[in-house]
Amino acid sequence: MAKTYEAGVKAYRQTYWTPDYTPADSDILAVFKITPQPGVDREEAAAAVAAESSTGTWTTVWTDLLTDLDYYKGRAYAIEDVPGDDTCFYAFIAYPIDLFEEGSVVNVFTSLVGNVFGFKAVRALRLEDVRFPLAYVKTCNGPPHGIQVERDKLDKYGRPLLGCTIKPKLGLSAKNYGRAVYECLRGGLDFTKDDENVNSQPFMRWRDRFLFVADAIHSAEAETGERKGHYLNVTAPSPEEMYERAEFAKELGMPIVMHDYLTGGFCANTGLARWCRKNGLLLHIHRAMHAVLDRNPHHGIHFRVLTKALRLSGGDHLHSGTVVGKLEGDREATLGWIDLMRESFVPENRNRGIFFDQDWGSMPGVMPVASGGIHVWHMPALVSIFGDDSVLQFGGGTLGHPWGNAAGATANRVALEACVDARNRGVEIEREGKTILTEAAKSSPELKIAMETWKEIKFEFDTVDKLDVVNR
Amino acid sequence: MTDMQDYKSGIKYGTFSYLPEMGSEKTRSHIAYMIKKGWNPAVEHVEPSRSFSHYWYMWKLPMFGEQSVERVLEEIEACHREYPNHHVRVIGYDNYAQSQGLSFVVYRGKR
Repeated sequence: MAKTYEAGVKAYRQTYWTPDYTPADSDILAVFKITPQPGVDREEAAAAVAAESSTGTWTTVWTDLLTDLDYYKGRAYAIEDVPGDDTCFYAFIAYPIDLFEEGSVVNVFTSLVGNVFGFKAVRALRLEDVRFPLAYVKTCNGPPHGIQVERDKLDKYGRPLLGCTIKPKLGLSAKNYGRAVYECLRGGLDFTKDDENVNSQPFMRWRDRFLFVADAIHSAEAETGERKGHYLNVTAPSPEEMYERAEFAKELGMPIVMHDYLTGGFCANTGLARWCRKNGLLLHIHRAMHAVLDRNPHHGIHFRVLTKALRLSGGDHLHSGTVVGKLEGDREATLGWIDLMRESFVPENRNRGIFFDQDWGSMPGVMPVASGGIHVWHMPALVSIFGDDSVLQFGGGTLGHPWGNAAGATANRVALEACVDARNRGVEIEREGKTILTEAAKSSPELKIAMETWKEIKFEFDTVDKLDVVNR
Repeated sequence: MTDMQDYKSGIKYGTFSYLPEMGSEKTRSHIAYMIKKGWNPAVEHVEPSRSFSHYWYMWKLPMFGEQSVERVLEEIEACHREYPNHHVRVIGYDNYAQSQGLSFVVYRGKR
């Protein structure tokens, strides 16, 4: 029977709270952590979030009756307690796939984390996880190449890759910068990296940097017989300039470029990822601004969701945190989102903060990048946590070596290979780390000095954003 | 600063080439690791002057399903005897990842 129009304000729960609903395989599912305003009950708050992130507005409108709202509406279908925290709760919401433009991370997030985050009925709101149905995943381009293709292109197998961010992050001339790159690469690193805020400043314009870096890479390759790369940052004020820089990197025969996907934006990122697949360049992704979004346990977007957004939008590398270094990151939660980067199917696992099964189908994987405050003493733990399909980046841990970048690079490469060697032979490398490194240092004076230099440095502050299961 | 050393670079050979050359004992345990992972061992070799190429000469075909570490070592030795001046590497083909799980040079060739 056709519905009749009644103007006015209805409780959200009448339309958007549907506890009997069984989500369809094609639905996009989201779980929000909601901290409601005092006096707003859980079902009403959950329904309000479902409404405001899909079809609803604050009042009934007659044009609702010109469509099949029961098909298009988001539905709050479950509520759960947050372990150890009475101030908030989890709300599970199902969205029909047709609410979203195909292949558009932009469109999905404009809905899911749009107006609803400023909505007065909730005091705070955090998007904890999103299940993207395979039907939607298949509409996205994803990583330009993926882990296996990267290994094949670079001819590097059976170990994590090694990188280093060039420091000081700002102020070097292009030619001096190229020197720092060359020294790292000839010493045994696979990659060096532009820092995220190196774009095209007065002290070093992008074209000069690209030219000197290309020289450094070609020289280091000829000298070592190994393939090398430098993440040339093409993040730019506008898409036109971004593509101009990427095109020049391609002309120089460079294997990889870099983009900051949050400050640059999903639109630019998706475009660049497509360009990279078309033109055969790998794409390294930095995540400046992520902590603004993901660090507060009650408000924002969890990094596992930002990880999924990047895998859909496209990137071959993504910074993941190190667990052991200077930046925030809980071990189990980190293992959760590095699975989301690399695996083709990730099952629900609340102990790692994974709320839904996630099927990526044939979408390529992303290499997690561990970077920030790490040095040779962390190597056993890093190899154990991250495994082979990762990039370990030692900035200060390479450039701060008393004998310079090349020696610092060699120290890291020797430490890495010694850990992989021990692991393959069945040694428990985290427990035996000191023995492994000490043994390897006997034939590497570079490693010996590095171990003496960084012996005492540790980063043992507690993490702010813990998994909810350990918050209690 | 007095004991700072000058950096000596040179040609390297990929994974494990920053460690001292492996003896047969260590090589054996890496082959066992490949087999345990379910990878297919293969032997390749090349003139040192051409080592930058992706494609080295295959020594026969990959040893699909081979479970014996000794058999793989024998093929590495046979390849080295026939091409004593070439690099010889052993590869573990991972047919599920459609890539190589591990690859390293066992014999470093002479220039």
